[in-house]
Amino acid sequence: MTWEPVIGLEIHVQLKTRTKMFCRCPVGFGAAENTQTCPVCLGFPGALPVPNSTAIEWVVRLGLALGCEIAPRAVFARKNYFYPDLPKGYQISQYDLPSCINGRVLVPLPNGDHAVGIVRAHLEEDAAKNVHVGGRTGRIGGADYTLVDYNRGGTPLVEIVTAPDIHSAEEAKRFLQLLRQTIVELGISDAEMEKGTLRVDANVSVRPEGSDELRTRCEIKNMNSFTHIARGIEAEVERQVAVWESGGEVEQHTYDFDVATGTLTPRRAKEEADDYRYFPEPDLLPVEPSAALVEQLRAGLPELPAERIRRVGETLDHERALVLVTGGLDALWRDTVAAGAEAVAASNVIANQLVGAGVDPGGVDPAELAKLVEARERIPRQAFDEAIARVAEPGFSAAPYLAREAVSDAAALEPIVDAILAANPAQVEQYRGGKEGLLGFFVGKVMKETKGQADARAVNELVRTKLNVDV
Amino acid sequence: MAITAEQVLHVARLARLDLTDDEVERLTGELGAILDAVSKVSELDLSDVPPTSHPLDLVNVWADDAPHDSLPLEDVLRNAPASERGLFRVPPTG
Amino acid sequence: MSAAVDTLRLTAEDALGLVERREVSPAELHGAYLEAIGERDGELHCYLRTVAEAEGTSIPIALKDVISTRGVETTAGSRILSGYVPVFDSTVAARCKAAGLTLLGKTNTDEFAMGSSTENSAFGPSRNPWDPSRVPGGSGGGTAAAVSAGLAPWGLGSDTGGSIKQPSALCGNVGLRPTYGTVSRYGIVAFASSLDQVGPVAKTVRDVALLYRIIAGRDAADSTTVELPSAVELPSAERLEGLRVGVPRQAMALEAIEPGVRAAFEAALELVEELGAEVGECDLPLSFDYGLPCYYLIAPAEASSNLARYDGVRYGRRSEGESYREMVEGSRDEGFGDEPKRRIMLGTYALSAGYYDAYYGQAQKVRTLIVREHASAFEKFDVLATPTSPTVAFPLGDRTADPLAMYACDLLTIPSCVAGLPGLNVPCGFSEGLPVGLQLIGPQFGENALFRAGHALERALGLDLVPARLRA
Repeated sequence: MTWEPVIGLEIHVQLKTRTKMFCRCPVGFGAAENTQTCPVCLGFPGALPVPNSTAIEWVVRLGLALGCEIAPRAVFARKNYFYPDLPKGYQISQYDLPSCINGRVLVPLPNGDHAVGIVRAHLEEDAAKNVHVGGRTGRIGGADYTLVDYNRGGTPLVEIVTAPDIHSAEEAKRFLQLLRQTIVELGISDAEMEKGTLRVDANVSVRPEGSDELRTRCEIKNMNSFTHIARGIEAEVERQVAVWESGGEVEQHTYDFDVATGTLTPRRAKEEADDYRYFPEPDLLPVEPSAALVEQLRAGLPELPAERIRRVGETLDHERALVLVTGGLDALWRDTVAAGAEAVAASNVIANQLVGAGVDPGGVDPAELAKLVEARERIPRQAFDEAIARVAEPGFSAAPYLAREAVSDAAALEPIVDAILAANPAQVEQYRGGKEGLLGFFVGKVMKETKGQADARAVNELVRTKLNVDV
Repeated sequence: MAITAEQVLHVARLARLDLTDDEVERLTGELGAILDAVSKVSELDLSDVPPTSHPLDLVNVWADDAPHDSLPLEDVLRNAPASERGLFRVPPTG
Repeated sequence: MSAAVDTLRLTAEDALGLVERREVSPAELHGAYLEAIGERDGELHCYLRTVAEAEGTSIPIALKDVISTRGVETTAGSRILSGYVPVFDSTVAARCKAAGLTLLGKTNTDEFAMGSSTENSAFGPSRNPWDPSRVPGGSGGGTAAAVSAGLAPWGLGSDTGGSIKQPSALCGNVGLRPTYGTVSRYGIVAFASSLDQVGPVAKTVRDVALLYRIIAGRDAADSTTVELPSAVELPSAERLEGLRVGVPRQAMALEAIEPGVRAAFEAALELVEELGAEVGECDLPLSFDYGLPCYYLIAPAEASSNLARYDGVRYGRRSEGESYREMVEGSRDEGFGDEPKRRIMLGTYALSAGYYDAYYGQAQKVRTLIVREHASAFEKFDVLATPTSPTVAFPLGDRTADPLAMYACDLLTIPSCVAGLPGLNVPCGFSEGLPVGLQLIGPQFGENALFRAGHALERALGLDLVPARLRA
């Protein structure tokens, strides 16, 4: 039997507002512990929350970008539970009346768009940070004691819940790449998994291909990159398929994905079932964004990455379009092409050389870059690399690099090629035996010998001719 | 509207109250009597009545995203039962 | 000069005059009250702590111990907050300071303002200055008793279901529970957020209006506050022509109302009529039938959540424990007294899975009906009147064994609290030698009408409200 994975994602995005969700303590990394705290975010007796207007606006913008309906009335609720990182004994979170519902994201895939439903996107406050100290294992269970830093506590979070519309680890990864780029372009979060400003949990189940049943799902947590998410999902799918195929029954459970071993570890079951006793937060009033505000925010949305992937994909293949857009590189590509560069070449240079050299695409003059793209096979490799490394510097001009002519003269190159072929008889033998991939090996040697001054096209041609002719 | 001792214990766990056996017994009786009295609200058919979670008819009270001063660390920790290097210290959560 | 100050009779308004005319300095006045406290508070136990230094340019004030005061221990009458010293001022404390008032001390309260007799204070009960074997009411018994015993010219209390009005009635002074949202709750140790309101307690209606003027108005730190739609007026009229006073039939039908209380209330109503007001009957059937059950679902539910922050982590009492969970459970079990535990349990139960709709959800709907019922009564009347408390002050220990008997103390004050409406207690006579209070209820933001009616009644009655046993 073939099994189809059924995957839903829960994504937490930490907003990069200047202040916290319900108090005006600054938000930011790197401050000394507990120095970005006040009576509100420490839960001191009598302190009261006051919502951050920017966070409220941003969740609406995000909701609009995800194709959601914006609730005319959203209500904050209290989610009650005890933990040292939760200073009030409850987390304030939108619950049964979230700001955004019923969205739909069309994820461009090589074979067309794939729709992923957005069940909801709502605002809540982040927990503080526990540091577990001592103990042999370094794990929570073995700690001697716990230290609490409330700096992060109260930072605005948006939780996005997708419908179980995702059917492979690859689709999950594509969706998340697109979502991340959307969030970054809206300017509401850095959305970096390594920093924890983007966190993803996956709900995974499997079913026989073609059926529409929903079987027991398991939750996977603790994955800190898109690659780990894909691996975690794959591991869980594999586990569940094995359980079903051996005649067993998958039981609902939460797992941590261990990056190092690629395995899933079940979380310890809680003593009593979760009962968060939600009720409307009486210290806060309902959020009722006016239709005018919603329309104004809708009108202010930039062209979204998904649309641009589709548009760039009309010129380039899907993979290149995806890389450009999710890398935030498509604007430069478009301008470079408009300045005269050939589309595929420009894409390759931008996505490979430019990114490889760590160049900030925002600082690049597309006209100059277009000249480099156009001349890239004509000028010495070394000159090209140097130019790319500097292309974002203010006042950069391609002219001096273009003036450095490559050595393409056969008379100059021939002795070098001959010497190299003579020095590597075994490889020559293999090439002639059909291993044509070795061409690059010889070309590379020549380029190295000429210190990058040779014209790559000319060298290619010369080497091939020599290898094919001189039998 | 009786409540059982098991329910009382379950609620006490949710509320993080480590009740003694005497307290459980007394609360089982008291809460039963109080619940009896307050259950009167369920006599009414209120399916068409909207809830009032707030006596004020106000919405959209927000503050600008402009930072204020945080507390000095000394004030943050002034009432802390235990702290270490600027952090609150608690027994292990495991 | 302070010898000339008779704190038993001095109104806040007169005290302000003395200070303004520099006949008495703020420090002297402060000293005079501390002296009175030294004499009488050993018996009455109104204060949990006093402040020796007069820091301010005006007259003193007593604050209920649920009101956070920077640098001055604030316990809310609970062991779990014993030793807790706020690092910030509540908005009302800051407004009092800004007005120059000097903090005289923090007054006793039922633990977390949960109670109607001050017997639930972890630090021992306060006593009624008219008869120390009786309770001063609660939860704000400390403030009310202090004002009547000349231990403070005025004070602030907090009222969730009657904690300002009922002790004022039992001690024989004036107390205002303002319209929900007119006074900031920032820095008030929370009991039930959608019900809690801070309000003044004083000897006269004019004093109460003066203090309300100082504390009322929108506060950016409390999202649920509003600016007053009209300025606070100091009442001066002695007649009540044009005022329509409604008396809820269902309130007067309650058997719990003692005959002496009923008699004093009815006599006062006749006087109100003589002053020119129109008195008629109105109907609030659901409010008096379902108000108490509704309140005892909403308030404990909110309290169970508001009291979750007392976990021994950042402040307050901590018990030793091997694990975080043991520490939290031990701290809460040892730190909370019986009444908070009862309400935490009740509220946790009412919110827990499977019960929300039947209890909390249903109570919120009943609340809608109570709001509507009051709104329709105010179409015909400017103010409503009932006795404030069904009984006069009762002996200590009388009701401590039966939570439901204690809850019934607030039978008459609770419905308007649930509706978020303002209520004023005005002394209206005596029964068995103890004060009886009349409750005036107004529409939303109707404080000025309450002041006007209360002031005229107070003048016309001309009661001597100094406890008989303390009169010279």
